Amino acid sequence: MPPSTTAGAFVRGLGLIVSVPSVVLFATALGFGALAREGGFDFGHAVFLSAIVFALPNQMVLIDQLMRGATVAGAALAVTLTAVRLMPMTVTLVPLFQGEKRRPLLETLAAHFIAISTWIEGHRRLPTMPVALRLPFHFGAGVAMACMMLSGTITGYLLVAGVPALVTAALLFMTPLYFILSLIATSRSTMDMAAVAIGCGLSPILYLVMPGFDLLATGLVGGTLAYLVGRRFRS
Amino acid sequence: MMAALDDGFGGYLVLFAAGFVATEIWRWLGVLVGSRLDMAGEVFQWVRAVATALVAGMVVRMLLFPAGALADIPLAVRLAAFAGGFVCYFAVKRNLAIGVAGGSALLVLAQLIPK
Repeated sequence: MPPSTTAGAFVRGLGLIVSVPSVVLFATALGFGALAREGGFDFGHAVFLSAIVFALPNQMVLIDQLMRGATVAGAALAVTLTAVRLMPMTVTLVPLFQGEKRRPLLETLAAHFIAISTWIEGHRRLPTMPVALRLPFHFGAGVAMACMMLSGTITGYLLVAGVPALVTAALLFMTPLYFILSLIATSRSTMDMAAVAIGCGLSPILYLVMPGFDLLATGLVGGTLAYLVGRRFRS
Repeated sequence: MMAALDDGFGGYLVLFAAGFVATEIWRWLGVLVGSRLDMAGEVFQWVRAVATALVAGMVVRMLLFPAGALADIPLAVRLAAFAGGFVCYFAVKRNLAIGVAGGSALLVLAQLIPK
């Protein structure tokens, strides 16, 4: 039964704690915790990062940069390049939250919980939900995912030596599989399908040609091509 | 101890600036732009395509150029297990859990088979 109240929608969002993205996120956070421990970071630093950043690829990049002895400015630049992806993701999710009245503060707070997992789940579940219930659902989902990220980080940090490499590899393998299958599941138009296909094809080429800027370029070039393909099929 | 990170207030400040601010700024910009865009408009469609292509690009990068323990698995095994995950997903009524678990299980199985 669909929730009908704000509290009900929040609890429904919290329910994502038992879901595929939740397991995948836990697995990735496990890898992050282990990396932080191996890199010689404090337990408090690793947990602090997971608590405030809520975007594992960025946290990985930051830890990696500091481990390699990068300056703070250099590390921040690398992180921010990885984080650019969050802007188009936020742009396409925020309008779903908005009803008659604008709530800038709440929306900004809600944006903190936008990561690939909540973006995918949001696009899958929010459109069929009454507008008033979308924001509480997203907050519930965000809190659930943040809990998994924190517990994954803590577990990974504490268990690092005890996990066989093959298990770690299998856990890391879940992330790309979950992303790609969810992208396919939530693709609704020719444009979406084209964006998935072109993005997949362009990324390895651009990775070799312009490492560091490859994701940004994949998004801009691939997205524009997909948009043009989609427009052609609409008319 | 790390040179760039002391365990006092300074270390946390570095993480706050290079982690939180460097990341969150793009979410704030997204709210600023997103709340002014018409969902039915062309610009919104384009941004949706950009976001989708970006995430798809990340997937392929994780698969072909992985970090950590996954890098020790041969490329052929990674690709085969990935394809196996697709087969599981479509074979069992497009079940996400089966697709993800199936692909990862295949990866482990392929590595356990004696060469």
